[in-house]
Order: sequence, then C-alpha cells, then structure tokens
Amino acid sequence: MKKEDRLEQRNPIEDLLRMDRIPHIWCPGCGIGTVLTSFAEALRKSEVDLDKIAVLSGIGCTGRVAGYVKLDSIHTTHGRAVPVATGLKLANPELKVVVFSGDGDIAGIGGNHFIHAARRNMDIMIICVNNFNYAMTGGQVAATTPRGANASTAPYGNFEYPFSLPYLAEASGATYVARWTALHLRRVTKSMQEALKKRGFSFIEVITPCVTLYARRNRLGDGLNLLKYYYEKSEIQHGADTRTLDISYQGKLIVGKFVDIEKPTFLDCMNEHLGKVLGDKYQTYGVNND
Amino acid sequence: MKKVMMGNHALSFGGMLGRAQVIAAYPITPQTQVVELLSEMCADKTLDATFIKVESEHSAMAASIGASLAGARTFTATSAQGLALMHELLHWASGGRNPVVMGNINRAMAPGWSIWSDQNDSLSQRDTGWIQFYCSNNQEVLDTVIQAFKVSEKLMIPSMVILDAFTLSHTYEVVDLPDQKKVDEFLPPFRPEIKLTPDDPHAFGGLTSPEHYFELRYKLQKDMEKAPALIEKTGKEYEKMFGRYLGQVEEYRCDDADFIFITSGTVGSTARVAIDELREEGVKVGNLRIKVFRPFPFEKVRNIIKKAKKVAVVDRNISYGHHGIFYQEVKSAMFGHHNSLPIFGFIAGLGGRDVTPSTFREILGHVQKKDKSEEEIIWIGVKK
Ligand SMILES: Cc1ncc(C[n+]2csc(CCOP(=O)(O)OP(=O)(O)O)c2C)c(N)n1
Ligand code: SF4
Ligand SMILES: [Mg+2]
Repeated sequence: MKKEDRLEQRNPIEDLLRMDRIPHIWCPGCGIGTVLTSFAEALRKSEVDLDKIAVLSGIGCTGRVAGYVKLDSIHTTHGRAVPVATGLKLANPELKVVVFSGDGDIAGIGGNHFIHAARRNMDIMIICVNNFNYAMTGGQVAATTPRGANASTAPYGNFEYPFSLPYLAEASGATYVARWTALHLRRVTKSMQEALKKRGFSFIEVITPCVTLYARRNRLGDGLNLLKYYYEKSEIQHGADTRTLDISYQGKLIVGKFVDIEKPTFLDCMNEHLGKVLGDKYQTYGVNND
Repeated sequence: MKKVMMGNHALSFGGMLGRAQVIAAYPITPQTQVVELLSEMCADKTLDATFIKVESEHSAMAASIGASLAGARTFTATSAQGLALMHELLHWASGGRNPVVMGNINRAMAPGWSIWSDQNDSLSQRDTGWIQFYCSNNQEVLDTVIQAFKVSEKLMIPSMVILDAFTLSHTYEVVDLPDQKKVDEFLPPFRPEIKLTPDDPHAFGGLTSPEHYFELRYKLQKDMEKAPALIEKTGKEYEKMFGRYLGQVEEYRCDDADFIFITSGTVGSTARVAIDELREEGVKVGNLRIKVFRPFPFEKVRNIIKKAKKVAVVDRNISYGHHGIFYQEVKSAMFGHHNSLPIFGFIAGLGGRDVTPSTFREILGHVQKKDKSEEEIIWIGVKK
C-alpha cells in the first residue's frame, strides 16, 4: 500500500478537515469528534455547495470545530458565535451559516443571543454539543448541568435548575428543534441534513460524553459507559411536547425531532413589512437563498 | 501556618481570610482554581459566604456590585476576555463607590487566542477608576488581597489584585497563612456608611445632571489621591502584625545603581536574578518594581530613579500608537522634574514569550550603547 493510500484510509472525513491542525485536542472517548463526523457526513449527503457554508464556533472544547473544518470558518469569542453568525448571514444571505458550539457557549454566556436569534427566526443552524458542563475550563457547573451532578464549582452537587434546551429553543421561536445523543449518529446526521435544508432558525442538541471531566467527576466511567447510558435511557419521541424534556441526573433522555414548522424568516419579515410600508422605494434584500 | 500553594489559591485564601461574604464568578483559564477552591469553601462553610455561579463575567461584576451595595464584602476573579467583558461594570463599581476586590490573572487578549501572560488585559482597564496592584510572588498575592479589602473599603474604591498567568497563577510556592484572628483584628467587618437597606432607604445609580456629575468624578479622583498614603500606612500596619510590608513599589539594589530597570509582576523577580549576576560582574544595576499602578506612585518613582544615570522600563504590554504603558507613566512622572534623565522603553514578552535573565542583559546592552533615550520602542526578542 502506498503511503498516500494509507493516509486516505485513516480518516474518512479528511477532505473536510484542516489536516495541518490534526491531531486535535479532544480526549480519547470524547464525543465531539463523533458529532463532527456526523456533520461532515450530513454535508456530503445533502450535497450542499461547500463554498456557501460557513461554520462558526465560540470558545470551548466544542468551539475547536471552527478551527478543524476545512470550510470558511470563524472562531469567535466565548458566547458570541450567534450574533457574529447573524451579522454574517445578513451581510451575505447566500451563505448557509452554521454555529457549532458548546452548551456553555450557546446557553450560558451566549444565552441571550440564542433566544433573540430564535425570536427573530434568523436563518441560521445551530449544533449544540451538550456535555453538561464547561469542559474546556475544567468542568465547572453550567446552565445545563443536571441537578445532583457534581462539577468543579459544585463539589457537593448542583442544586440549580438546568435549562431544557429544546424547550428554550421552541419557546423562543425556533422553527426546527431536535435532540439526539452521540449514540444516535445516523439520526444526528439526518437531522443535520434537514437543518441544512431548512429556512429559518434550526437547533440540534447533541448530548455528548465529556469523559475527562463530567464523567470522571461523577464516576460514570468511560465513553463506552456513557454510550450505554444513552442506549438504556434514551427514548425516541418525535413531536414530543418540549415542556416534557427535562433531563435529570442519569435519568431518561427523550430524544427526537420535536419541532419542524415553516415561518417567515427575519429577512422575509423585513422585506414584507418594509415593502408594504415603503412601496416602490423599497428594494427587496437577500431573498434568493433557497 | 505555612502551606505550599499555587498563586491562584493564594487569591482564594486571601478571599477566605478576608472573610468575603459574596463571591460571584465565571470560569476562565487561567483563573479557574481561584473560584473552584472558593466554591468548595462556600459549600462546606469553611467560608461563610454565598457563591453565585453566574453565566458570564458581566453578570459576575453586576452581582458583585449588587452584593456590595447591600453591604457585603465581595470578592471575585477573572482574566483577559472575562475582564474585558466586565468593562462596563468596572466603571459602575468605581463610579458607584463599591469596594469590590477582584483577582485578575494577566493573560493576553484575543485574537490570536492565547492563554499566556501579558498585561494588556488589566492595563486596558487603566481608566476605570480601580486601584491596581501587581504581584510577583504568591505570598504577596495573599497579603495584597487582605490589604486591598482594607484600602478599598476605607476609600470606597474597588481594587484589582493582578498576577501573571502561569508564572504565578499556576506556580507553587510556600505561603504563610496568617492567623484568622489576627486578620480579623487587622480587617474589621465591612460597615459601609451607606448601603441598601429597608431601614434607611437610598436610591443608587440615578440619573445625574451636569449639575452634579462633575463633582462625583472630582470626589473619586480626590479619594484616589488619598490611596498612596493609605496604602503605605496599611502596609506598615500589616507589617507590624504579620512581618511583611506591601507598599507601592519595591526597590532592589537601587541605592547606588547607575542603571535601573523598571518592571512589574513576575518580570520583577526575573530582574532580580539578572541584577545579582550583573552586580557580580561589577555593573551597578538595580530594579524598581511597581506594585501599585493606579494610583501611579509618582513620588516614589521620582525619588528612587532620579539618582540613576539611565533608566530602562520593561513593558509586557503596549498601547498601540504610543508606547509601553509603564514607560509612558514613568516619563510623565519625570517630566518637569528630571527632564535630562534618559529613560528607555522596551517591550518584551507579549503573549507569554519568555522573559529571562538574559532578556535583561540584552536590555542593558542597548542602554549602555546609547546616551540618549530613543523615542522608538525597543522590541526585545521579536521576530521582525
Ligand atoms: C468572556 C470569556 N469568559 C470565559 C472564558 C473561558 N471559557 C473558555 S471555554 C469556556 C466554557 C466552554 O464550555 P462549553 O461552551 O460548554 O464548551 P465545552 O468546552 O464544554 O465543549 C469558558 C468558560 C472565555 N474564553 N471568555
Ligand atoms: S475535556 Fe471533555 S469535552 Fe473536552 S475534549 Fe476532553 S472529553 Fe471532550
Ligand atoms: Mg459544555
């Protein structure tokens, strides 16, 4: 076998990675790479024009994705991927803008941007890797940590209520909402394909093992143990009422596609409203993006 | 009691011994251990305080201000991006006269994501009205936190206690933990003159017309001007009780020095090593380490460096379009007093590039070669 061929075999999504940035920083058993593989697979299957895709991340272990994908990408500041994505989308509406980031980034420090982008039905797609903690900084308690779970800033267990992200997304106005775990790879890929085609604010939560911090601090074993937990405790309920999706510590994980509706996007609303008010004076902006 | 601990834990123990009552913090490398230890102390009640796991640094400072207004002694810690995110509320804390004490770990600002040390994060907050202390060892970190509470609460001005990323934050050293009883004696409970209480209602943060705003700022400056004397006095009191003096600056072999390096943070400790070596070789060098940057210790700096033949300011920071920030400050301190003293400005170690004793040899080489100070920045170790 030639050396090049061996390299070819080594990583099936190599053509979508910046190989000069590999090896990546993720721990063995971490689920982020798995979610990234699903994303690459979804890009391939949906045959989107890769020149029209932009990937944005905030900061965190998940945030490294923006640096690893061989696509136009921006590694923004912690929590600000969504507003940067909003600016990018509005300046160049032709782009399919994807935010790929962590739970802390999207629902903690960036939570306000998240709900407002959903409220406006901004035409962006969000992939949120939920590993129940701020992993990159050492496993501190996050807005998603289940009650009772330990974290480095909750050494005796978390007592605060966590967000249920699909509920938050739907309540804020999202038009596509799904939740999966890093075990449901084909489903994750399929949801991503659907979201890539969707016009409107779409949100996919992927519950993902953080073996080094969340699992270790809670003595939950390795990556495989967490996948077993997902296997045993997840239940597919498409269309489930998002008010019922709370996650308790090591409890049931209701997964599936919960929301898939059509609604005018921010730009649709802007064009319609200003077109009505200003008549001929108004020039429609950025509509040919689907 | 003596304990081996990292610089970050020296901050936590400072907060603990100072009996902080509310701690609101958000994690960021390289600060995380400060708040992890404090969250543990709050949970197991080693420290009788409430720990708030806020969702951002902006909220951390907002919660600190709220707690301080309610009359609680308040401590927090952050670094770089987190400090920048607090900016709006840093003005609020000083303008609202809330004596919050905060640890900041000096880390370079993004982009060019970096977790390594330089001072642009805290120096960018120069004009927010906070007192700024720069430390060079873990003992000093702990002692400074305790004294900062006292100084801040007396003046009703917040303080930042600053240490370098990794070279101090993650470096383990022996630290003498003062006895709690004695600390309590040194630092009585926080009893603000005005606070938010139903017994005596006040409104804070109101709209201030041009009729009054100016005077509020005048008073802030006037109180800031009291800080140098107060820091000296507090340092002496602390020395009497604990045997260690803080003060605004630290002189090292400056008395008979021909050349004086001006440094801050751990670069100052590196300078001392270089100075000892150079002295052995017969070169008369000394180091002036600036410990308090705001208010700037004009008097002290002037008196110490005026006898030198040449001065080299080593900045691990830059004000783009001007110069190193300590360099500007030192020049302004000497202007009109000792105009002929040649002061050279060096920039070294941005984004965690190592500053070693040989850096100081290189700097000395430049200074010895020239008789006049150069307006241009002298860059050390940059790949041009
Ligand atoms: C303003 C600001 N505050 C704090 C940080 C430090 N920080 C970096 S990543 C991170 C948490 C990441 O958590 P999450 O978004 O869940 O991603 P994960 O690492 O878990 O994938 C934090 C707090 C930062 N970079 N900027
Ligand atoms: S710390 Fe956790 S989330 Fe980060 S790479 Fe390791 S396993 Fe993954
Ligand atoms: Mg996370």
